This record gives sequence, C-alpha cells and structure tokens, in this order.
Amino acid sequence: MTDVQDQSPVADAPPPPETVANIVSFRDAPLYDGPVVPLAGFGAASNAAAVRLDPGDDARGLIPHLGGLRLIEVSFPKYRDGRGYSSARILREAGYTGELRAAGDVLIDQIVFMRRVGFDSFAPAKPLDRACVDAALARFPFVYQRAADDKRPVWALRHG
Amino acid sequence: MYRYDGYDQAIVDARVAEFRDQVQRRLANEITEDQFKPLRLMNGLYLQLHAYMLRVAVPYGTMSGTQLRMLAHIARTYDRGYAHFTTRQNIQFNWIKLAEAPDLLAELATVEMHAIQTSGNCIRNISSDQFAGAAADEVADPRPYAELLRQWSSFHPEFSYLPRKFKIAVIASDTDRAAIQLHDIGLQLVRRDGDLGFKVWVGGGMGRTPMLGHVIRDFIPVAKYLSYCEAILRVYNRFGRRDNIYKARIKILVHEIGAAEFTRQVEAEWAEVEPLALDAPAAEYARIVTQFAEPPYDLAASDSIDRSDPDFAVWLDQNVHRHKQPGYAIATISLKPIGGIPGDASAGQMDLIADLAERYAFDEIRVTHSQNLVLAHVRKADLYAVWTALAAAGLATPNLDLVTDIIACPGLDYCALANARSIPVAQRIAERFTDLARQHDIGELKIKVSGCINACGHHHAGHIGILGVDRKGEEAYQLSLGGSGAEDASLARIIGPGFSEAGVVDAVEKVIETYRAVRTGPAERFLDTYRRVGEAPFKAAVYGVPA
Repeated sequence: MTDVQDQSPVADAPPPPETVANIVSFRDAPLYDGPVVPLAGFGAASNAAAVRLDPGDDARGLIPHLGGLRLIEVSFPKYRDGRGYSSARILREAGYTGELRAAGDVLIDQIVFMRRVGFDSFAPAKPLDRACVDAALARFPFVYQRAADDKRPVWALRHG
Repeated sequence: MYRYDGYDQAIVDARVAEFRDQVQRRLANEITEDQFKPLRLMNGLYLQLHAYMLRVAVPYGTMSGTQLRMLAHIARTYDRGYAHFTTRQNIQFNWIKLAEAPDLLAELATVEMHAIQTSGNCIRNISSDQFAGAAADEVADPRPYAELLRQWSSFHPEFSYLPRKFKIAVIASDTDRAAIQLHDIGLQLVRRDGDLGFKVWVGGGMGRTPMLGHVIRDFIPVAKYLSYCEAILRVYNRFGRRDNIYKARIKILVHEIGAAEFTRQVEAEWAEVEPLALDAPAAEYARIVTQFAEPPYDLAASDSIDRSDPDFAVWLDQNVHRHKQPGYAIATISLKPIGGIPGDASAGQMDLIADLAERYAFDEIRVTHSQNLVLAHVRKADLYAVWTALAAAGLATPNLDLVTDIIACPGLDYCALANARSIPVAQRIAERFTDLARQHDIGELKIKVSGCINACGHHHAGHIGILGVDRKGEEAYQLSLGGSGAEDASLARIIGPGFSEAGVVDAVEKVIETYRAVRTGPAERFLDTYRRVGEAPFKAAVYGVPA
C-alpha cells in the first residue's frame, strides 16, 4: 500500500505548533497546582484537595467527598481507554463543580468529547496548541445528545 | 423515509470538512499514519490488502433511489464500477484513493449519507428488519426508533472509546429478520397494555466467542429506551474488559458476571441516569415517526397476479413475501447469482434498482443482512414488470433463502484480517447446486461463510457455517452445523476436522444429501432435521464411519 507516499503533495513544512503551556484550561478560576494523591491514598489523606482517578478507579467512590475537592485529575494512560469519559460524567452528574482535568494521552481529536463529558482542564502528555483546540471545539455546530456540558441536543432545539 | 433537517445536514457537513482537513494533514505528512489511523477509522476508511476500503452507512438498511444512484456514481467515479453490500446492511467500496476520500464523502453528504462510525470502538450503524413498515406481523415500524438511536449514538461523547465495537439491532416482529440475539443490544418493539416499549437482549455476538444475547428487560417504554441504552453502555464502558481485544465485547462482560448481575448493574445505573432528561421528548418521537408514515398506497390495487410466465412464477414463489397492504407485495432482489460474488452489485445494477424503486416502490430500497436488496412496497400488478427488468440485468435469481443464497464476507480477496478466501468457496458451492429444481427440493438452507474468526460472514449463525482458517500457510475450512440467526437463534457447532476448499464443497454436498435422506419429508427444513437427529448422521457421511 503506497497511496500515502505516492500522493503526498510536496508541501512546505508548516511551522511546528505553538506550545503555549502544558495545561489547557477552560476555567475562570486559577488552576490548582498543589499535590494530587491517587485514589488509593486518598482515604488516609481525606483532607487532600486533589485526587487522581486511574481508569479502573470507581468515580462514585469519591461522591461523598466532592465538597472538599478542588481538583479531580482523571488519567488517560492511552487515549483508546475511554473509561475516564464515564468517570467525568458521573462526577459532574453528582454535582461536582471543581476542576476536572484530563491528563495523559489527551489528543486534539478527543478534546470535543472530553469537554462534553465535563472536563474543563487538560494536561496532555504532548502539548496542544490552544488555537487548534479552539478550532476543534468550534467545528461541530450541533450535538445529538445531552451530556455534562450545557449544549442543548438538536431534539431540544427542534422543539424549542 | 427519514429526511435530514438543517441540523442533521450541518453535522454531517462539519464531519466532511473535518475529515478533509485530517486527510490534508496526512498527505502533507504533518501527521503520521499511526496518528491518522484512528481518525480515518472513525470515518469508515480501512487500509485493506490492496487499497483503502470505505464503508458507508445505510442506516437501518433503508435508502432512497437518489441515494442508491449516488452509490452507483461513487462506484463508477471512485472505484471500479461495483460495490459490496455487507451483513450489517452497509455498503463497501474496495478501491478508494485516500486523496479522493474527502470528495467522496462530500458527494455522499449531498444525499444525506455518511460513513460516520462505520468502524472504530463505538456504536456502529443501527440495523433493522428489511421488511420494516411492510411486514404484516409487526407491531409498528421499528425504523423511527432506529433513527433516534442513530442520532443519539452519533458522536456520543462518552461512548466513542468503548472497549470494542458495539452493534445494536431493532425489530418489531416476533419473526427476527435482523439476528437481534446476535447483537450487543437487540431491541424488539412490543406492545403492552396498549403502550409501545422494547424487549431488551444484551450480550449476543459472533466473532471468536459466539454467544446468544440474554433478555435483561421484558419491557422498557419507548419514551425511556435511550436512557436505558445509555445505562447499558455506561456499565459496559466502565467494566467491559480492556486487557484483551478478544475478550472486550459486552458479551464477555455479561458472561463473566452473569446476566442477573449485569442486569442489576444496568438497572442501578438507569436509576442514576433516568432522571437526567437524556430521553428525547414525545414531540421528537412524533416528528420522526411522521417521516416513516405509510406510503400513499393505491387502495384499488388488485390482489391477483398473472402467473402465466413460469419463470416469473418461480421467482414469485421464492423471492416475494406477503405485504400488510392488500394489493402489495415485498420483493427481494437476490445479489447471489450463481458464480457471482455474494452481495456485490455493479453501478449499472444499482442505477436500475434505483429506477425501479422510484417507479414501482415508493422510492425505497432496503439492504438485508443476508446481502440482498428489497423493494418493500410493490403493487402486485407491477411485479411482472419489475421482474422483467431485474431479469434483464441478472438480478432475478430465484434463490432467496435457498442453498445458493450464501452469505460471504470479502475474505482474503480483500480483507487484511482474513485467513482464507470466502468468495470462491461460496461460488463453488453455488455452482455445485446450480440446478434450481434441486435447490427447491432442498428448501430453506442458510450457508454462511467467514474468512476468519471475526465472523463477518455470520458462520456461527449458518444452518451450515464455514470458517476459513490458516493451517500452516494453507487455506483450510471448518464446517459447522445447526446455527440460526432468526427468532430460534442457535450457534452452529463444528462437526470435525477441516477441509481444503474443494473438500469443504464436497462435504457440504454430503451433508445436504444426508439431510435429504433422513428428513421426514420436504416440509422439514434442514435446520429442523439437524435439530431432530443431531450431528451423527452428518458426521458419518462426511468423515466416514468404521464398519
């Protein structure tokens, strides 16, 4: 299969994407930058303000503690592992309003979905260009289903 | 039929623009093939053995003449003049150039079609009964509910990185023409105390570990089925296995924790999400149902058919089904000519079928999971004209559900996953049984051929199933008996050691001749005979028995 090579136009290499900062935030409030404890260590240190959920962790276990948390970081060791999307939505459905951060293998093509399930900050392993992120978020004008964001699904728009 | 409004069109157009941008980045080498792969897969573009293959969604298998004519145009313009209808009611183009794929998708979007979520670990095209809206035994047309599922599942933010792909089928009759018990979720529309709702199966599937679905709910009101599906998907997304690709389908989760525990988890999750107003309002159901309103039938249409042409009468008896409306019938167009490639259609054939649909069938064509096409509403008085036109184009093979109506995946002729070729095996079997009188004597017999363990050819659900495997670099074929994808669903069982290509054709013939010898009479189908007598006589005939 040689399609890609054969058909590649000779293009001037574009400049490398501008890297503004490792964390992309959609929050008005300043980001939390204190220590983050893994869920396993959270029980012993339940006065911690920030906790990390790994893909296999049960987000519902945090629900009794949401009031005291400023940051929940959901880790994405591999972008293909989508468990963190459910974790995020469960936390937002439970009323959590603090910072919800997706960390790890977070790519531009997942940002739209991640925003919709409630993430409001991103700590990608490879920096993302904010302009590209904003363009991706502006790409789709409508959504078909309710999620953890404030977008109204088309069925709501259709029947105002 | 469902027609896009401005919202639907804007979403599909945005997808085309996004993909055009992604392809440009790839062609300019701004992104690697590794980075591009998940993006193209989300748009149905696979890299196969010889070229890119594009799988286009045919939602619940229904399309218009305009849409089919566009598919013909695409076959001519971007491919080699033909295309392949699949066991999930979709269509595949096998010889696509990456640089042209964005233009192709843009053309599709002009007729309200797309390739969104035809691959990837997401909710795939929703499949349904090819006789929907026409079957006499249905509770209501299931397609509005399939359409609402299509919308709900499109770009679902939580369920686009599932452990594995996810397939949902929706029917509305006790007769199952969509193999719902072999889907991740099977939904049957039922009526209880006057209200419509769904009976819900979960955990069926084929592939490496075939399983039949379990009923986890007898009735979920239609007003709540989206949130109920949301609960099922969330349980699966959270707890489905991700450590082994072969154990990642929902069937494995249901099997490992048990259907009762799985049901408990779904019900608990549904209690959490049901109050979140995830379900569409009644007005949206009504809007979609209206678009599937009955066509303007000719109420004076005659119920009699002139059977004087014997060839026509044979086709009529085999390929035409009863319609709920007097004076009308359902005609199935076989894409299984003897020696042909199952499910393939040329651009010219697609154009012709589009013309016939517009002229005689209220502009609707259905794709069946058996890789045939259907004109669902034909006046009985027009059947002869339809048949005459089909026959002239090689489309009137009167073999629906007979031994030569074989399901086959693309196999090693095209597919990068295949271990063996499927198409030639199907062709050789069909050629062995060319004699129509013999086919009719054998009666209903569903042979299904897969070229690898992934089972796209549904061999587990075949009355006779054939699985191509790689045996030390040689193509070999395993023979299974007794499967069914219908309402009497069952999984076929391997009867013994495998065969060469020629050997498996001989073995199939021995199995069929054994059936003819042991059946109680011509009315007893192969499957019923197998279920009555078991595998012993077939095994003896195929492998021989010690004296």
